[in-house]
Amino acid sequence: MAKHHVTTTVNRQPVELLCDTSETLLDVLRDELGLTGSKEGCGSGDCGACSVLMDGRLVCACLVLAVEATGHEITTIEGIAEGNTLHPIQQQFLEDAALQCGICTPGFVVAAKALLDRNPDPTETEVRFWLAGNLCRCTGYDKIVRAVLTAAAKMREEAVHG
Amino acid sequence: MNAVEYAKPQSIDDAIRALNNAPAGARVLAGGTDLLVQLRAGHVRPPVIVDLKGIAELRRIEVTATGFRIGAAVAGAELGEHAQFAAEWPGVTEAFHLIGSTQIQGRATMGGNLCNASPAADSVPALIAAGARCVIVGASGTREVAVEEVVSGPGKTTLAKGEFISEFLIARRQAHSGDAYLRFIPRTEMDIAVASAGVCLTLDDKGLCTAARVSLGAVAPTALLVADCAKALIGTSLDDAALAKLAAAASAACAPINDKRGTIEFRTKVAGVLARRAATIAAQRARGN
Repeated sequence: MAKHHVTTTVNRQPVELLCDTSETLLDVLRDELGLTGSKEGCGSGDCGACSVLMDGRLVCACLVLAVEATGHEITTIEGIAEGNTLHPIQQQFLEDAALQCGICTPGFVVAAKALLDRNPDPTETEVRFWLAGNLCRCTGYDKIVRAVLTAAAKMREEAVHG
Repeated sequence: MNAVEYAKPQSIDDAIRALNNAPAGARVLAGGTDLLVQLRAGHVRPPVIVDLKGIAELRRIEVTATGFRIGAAVAGAELGEHAQFAAEWPGVTEAFHLIGSTQIQGRATMGGNLCNASPAADSVPALIAAGARCVIVGASGTREVAVEEVVSGPGKTTLAKGEFISEFLIARRQAHSGDAYLRFIPRTEMDIAVASAGVCLTLDDKGLCTAARVSLGAVAPTALLVADCAKALIGTSLDDAALAKLAAAASAACAPINDKRGTIEFRTKVAGVLARRAATIAAQRARGN
């Protein structure tokens, strides 16, 4: 059968692409659009390395068919920074060295952004539960959780004082 | 591998037609958190995937004077954000929220959790305890079925070819009623129930239990509605003797498997403990409203 013609929005840019039914959103982000920030860890929704936002909601791109992206707004790790200015979460991951190999990092940053967009002042427990779908085999999570809490505090400060 | 066709009907009638005209093995797609894993693993090779998310009735939550109508393709995160439903059915809400991660909650649906037909599906015992019913649509018409009638065994449902669930119907919270769901897993989140229990009960003005429904998960080929558990509670003040009877009835109803996640003995014992603890939480909630 013919390929599907998908019209969607990725990182605020209108995008058109062709795909087969069995291709996932992650497949086309990486292989068609060259957005290789989203990683494939497991391909079964367990590791969160492919976390993206779909209409602002956190999802695993490996568990969404590319054709399902039609008419929706997708935000990937490549759309988190403002131009050359890193998002405060990205900046804090750097400052706190909240990563080692880096494969899980894009997923953690996208997931953390989804949390702070909803809850600017989460408790450590809330951060840990929200990020439970993101696996990191290097860091033991502590630096990641602290980076998210510190980024949240800085973002609140920024919101108050401008 | 042959190409898979994809259809996204915009109405229930169009979806019924698409499924009816499809070759054998067609699959409906709601959240996709089970189906995409099965596709990737090669466990299913459907000729057609019919995506139900284009159908408005399957995507909405309606509140009427008598009940909630929850579209079968509403995502867990969407249901979790419905403050009124969460307030009236905390047990169902908590059960649904236990399914997978935040990412999974962004896609996973009630219809999918039920029709995937895992004996360990978290939302199912809570829905059964709540007395939830589902609307099943298909070429031969529309029927309404209790949730406990839908699953017939692991991976199997009583839905006929071309049928799918459009909505779940759950009553409004009655006075002095409460529900709760608990599961046992060896970690704090992101795991599959080793045993689970959903309880919904109603008290009278004196605190005596007038109605109860108790459902167990992961201890039999399907989630169980256990009449003997309800009998142990009804007419009592939910004292220790009644709760002990409840636990014994729950354990007696278990027919679990032995696997790496839990032995028969463990699941049987823990199902009783969970039923008792869930009943205690449900009773606290019932006293509070």
